[in-house]
Amino acid sequence: MILVYLILILLSGAFLAWVSGNFGPVWPRIISLITLGTGLLLLVLNMQSVQFDKKWLIDIQYDWIPQFGIGLHFALDGLSLLMVLLTFFLGFISILISWKEINSKAGFFHFNLLLILAGIVGVFLSLDLFLFYFFWELMLVPMYFLIGIWGHENRTKASYKFFLYTQASGLLMFISIIALYFVHGNSTGIYTFDYIQLLGTQMQASTAMFIMSGFLAAFLVKLPVVPLHNWLPDAHSEAPTAGSLILAALLLKTGAYGLLRFIVPLFPEASVTFAPIGMALGVIGILYGAKLAFAQTDLKRLIAYTSVSHMGFVILGIFSFNELAYQGVVMQMIAHGISTGALFIMAGQLSERIHTRDITKMGGLWENTPFMGTIGLIFSMASLGLPGLGNFIAELLILIGAFKANIWMACLASVGLIAATLYSLRIMQKVFFGKETTNWKMNDLNLREKMVSVSLVIIIFSLGLFPQPVFNIARPALIKTLESHTEKTMQIKESKKSRIDLKSKLFFDN
Amino acid sequence: MTGTDFYSLTPFLILAMAPIIIMIVISTKRNYDIVYGFTVLSFIAAIASIFYILPVIPHSIEPLFIMDKYSLFFLGIIFISALLVTFFSYDYLKQLDGIREEYYIILFTSTLGASLLAVANHFILFFLGIETLTLSLYILIAFEKSKGSSIEAGIKYLVLASVSSAFLLFGMGIIYVTFGTMQFNGIVIAMNNLVNLPPLFIYGFGMLLVGIGFKLALVPFHMWTPDVYQGAPAPVSSYIATVSKGAVLAVFIRFFYTIRGFENSSIFIVISGIAILSMFVGNLLAVQQKNIKRLLAYSSIANMGYLIIILLTGTDKGIQSAIFYLITYFITTIGAFGVISLLSTKEIEAEKIEDYKGLFWKKPWLAAVLTLFLLSLAGIPITAGFIAKFYLIYEGMKAGLMVLIFSMVINSVIGLYYYLRVITTMFSKSNNLELPGVSILGKLTLAIITIGILLLGVYPGWLIDFITKNALL
Repeated sequence: MILVYLILILLSGAFLAWVSGNFGPVWPRIISLITLGTGLLLLVLNMQSVQFDKKWLIDIQYDWIPQFGIGLHFALDGLSLLMVLLTFFLGFISILISWKEINSKAGFFHFNLLLILAGIVGVFLSLDLFLFYFFWELMLVPMYFLIGIWGHENRTKASYKFFLYTQASGLLMFISIIALYFVHGNSTGIYTFDYIQLLGTQMQASTAMFIMSGFLAAFLVKLPVVPLHNWLPDAHSEAPTAGSLILAALLLKTGAYGLLRFIVPLFPEASVTFAPIGMALGVIGILYGAKLAFAQTDLKRLIAYTSVSHMGFVILGIFSFNELAYQGVVMQMIAHGISTGALFIMAGQLSERIHTRDITKMGGLWENTPFMGTIGLIFSMASLGLPGLGNFIAELLILIGAFKANIWMACLASVGLIAATLYSLRIMQKVFFGKETTNWKMNDLNLREKMVSVSLVIIIFSLGLFPQPVFNIARPALIKTLESHTEKTMQIKESKKSRIDLKSKLFFDN
Repeated sequence: MTGTDFYSLTPFLILAMAPIIIMIVISTKRNYDIVYGFTVLSFIAAIASIFYILPVIPHSIEPLFIMDKYSLFFLGIIFISALLVTFFSYDYLKQLDGIREEYYIILFTSTLGASLLAVANHFILFFLGIETLTLSLYILIAFEKSKGSSIEAGIKYLVLASVSSAFLLFGMGIIYVTFGTMQFNGIVIAMNNLVNLPPLFIYGFGMLLVGIGFKLALVPFHMWTPDVYQGAPAPVSSYIATVSKGAVLAVFIRFFYTIRGFENSSIFIVISGIAILSMFVGNLLAVQQKNIKRLLAYSSIANMGYLIIILLTGTDKGIQSAIFYLITYFITTIGAFGVISLLSTKEIEAEKIEDYKGLFWKKPWLAAVLTLFLLSLAGIPITAGFIAKFYLIYEGMKAGLMVLIFSMVINSVIGLYYYLRVITTMFSKSNNLELPGVSILGKLTLAIITIGILLLGVYPGWLIDFITKNALL
């Protein structure tokens, strides 16, 4: 039941926050904090009694629309547990950072914020494809409002782009979901949207490819992958700080989660066929995102493009089909959420103080704001993959995993690390070091902001220094995901027997 | 005529008696509130009478009427929609000068016409119903005499509807010449003896389709729609979009299924073409509209395009999905027009999208409700529209109509764009426009519709069950 409660708490908190907005802007904030705190606490307390070796830690199922075989099927495994924890934690942070920023219609703002979080949690927990799509769409509208109402100058265009891209690709996935439903129903006689039952649906290779492409459309747009990334820089840079944080840290992860949870297990053969293209897209994303990030002058846009680059690693890892890479992917999802989230928070704090996001107008801010500078330095280093911080572990594992699968792709992708160094250092150089171009008068972080930043720093360090707990939690889920694959990947590899494969095997056997 | 015949006609008798009583009341004492109260009560009585006659169905009064579960279901939809329109009419008409009570008389006659269509089993009743409906609509559309556009819209509708009626009548005539009967069942019997459909019948069916296409505002017979929607008083626009179209659809589905039109390949192709055209033309033209009533008009064209896809599935399940879609579309559209009529004053009809600028900052709940309606029309989750669209896609895909489903999906995205445009306008910073207050009745009706939309969006199982058990052709 806890899983249903988690979503219900968020939903009822959302409505309460909206109504309480009539009594002043402080109430929605407090209510949201309480809501998210309760959810987080509930989750943590419940996890202590759960054994981590089961296939699904918690699994509940009710009827919803039985006429179509749609059920309320929620389940939690290690992967979704990590994601849900991240969601609640960053949700909590996002309320804190928008404490001063949002003053108009605070009630409606927090309503939307909590509704997005409810959608995201729903996506991470649903094991019914219809339910999954329901939550997938549920998070769009409030996000659209968040960007469209509280965003910066070009908010209207950005919000349209965001909505139309995600909605169009989502509908393609919807068609695929229904197609999968009928394919499964026609072959077995059981018409159901239930994920567990749909696993292992037998279909022709061409059908599988066709259905998978619908899913891919939705996930690759959300992730985003390079030709489909166009909505991201606009949405990220125009959204209010909390919006950017949630977009970068959580919404993008739903795409990665979708790939792991649905594409890989539901379409074992088709996804292997797609893998070379997927990996290539990942590498292109890494390099192209890094190049564009380097060229930006708008700080939030810059950070947005670093997301494109980092998400390239995720897709590269996912289509490598091995446990190492998958551990890296999960770590990347969390670490990127924390580090990029922190950078967006920093951008928000800067623009609250000096009302610009243009980095050519900044420079030499370290003297005024040493604390903020330090935080910025830590997360820039995280972004470029400095050992000791979470991102390093993630990217290293992905590269090792990808190396096993495809040496050339892995080599090209590792160039991305150098590119990351360039853009990360450029952030520091342009914002905090160098000559002061304008005499900005600004205060350093206040206590609330310090608390937020320090908590993020602690997490990114502990991910980097003690990553094992994350691996342990995620491992059963990842092995389960790979189960259907190991055989097929091996078959394909053996049939190829190319020299490169042999070499790589020798390399790793030694 | 037997006693049972009379018994089964109770809903129609109520609808026919009500305007007469109102006329007598008006001639003795003209009181808006009394007439209004009586109207509401009569509609409720009509709805109740559906349950009253349940024991005797299925019953047919040869050769014209057929009272089965399907027709009763449509009667229910028509009456409830008419009742909702009545709720929104109260404030809108109250502020008008001059005579207002007659509006409700005409509302009854037009609803009577509409409900005759739901029970028609014969071309004569079909035509009689359509004419009663259309004649009443001329008056309703032109009811707001003080606004020139209202009269213009009325005349436009008069001219075009007459032409379409001529087509309809011509088509019926040709079919009669071909088969020698005007009863739907008779036509089927005559058709069963033939291997191929005679070309004359196809010709007649084509004529019939022109007439019906006009009433349903399908492309290429849609030209009147935006002007009439714009000119007519807002409650009447919603009446045209819902009751009038629903009734025509009821009889058309019955006719189409009785003659099994989906089995004929040329009819199949023509209807697919009309469906695809309606979706694209309706949605693409809606994108550029600056007037929300015109926008809803074009969106209704597109929605009818989605709906007639279902005719081609040829299954009972298909019809049931269409009925579910109709119900959600009706309540949403009535709600959206309801907001427009609540915001309209004697002088200004709140119809420009610009008028809605900043609505969220002045009347947040009203704006939120309208947003919900528009999102439901766009088919976004937690609204009824999402489930309805899913149901349509589901049945369409089951029948293998992939091309039609894909064009529906493309159109959903286009549709989303213009609904978002209205929503964005409501949420942008405001100008200082004076807005009228909203009455308790209006708020209450909106609240009911909102709850209905959310309920159907989150928990639609019961209605689906209800439809699958009761709406059988």
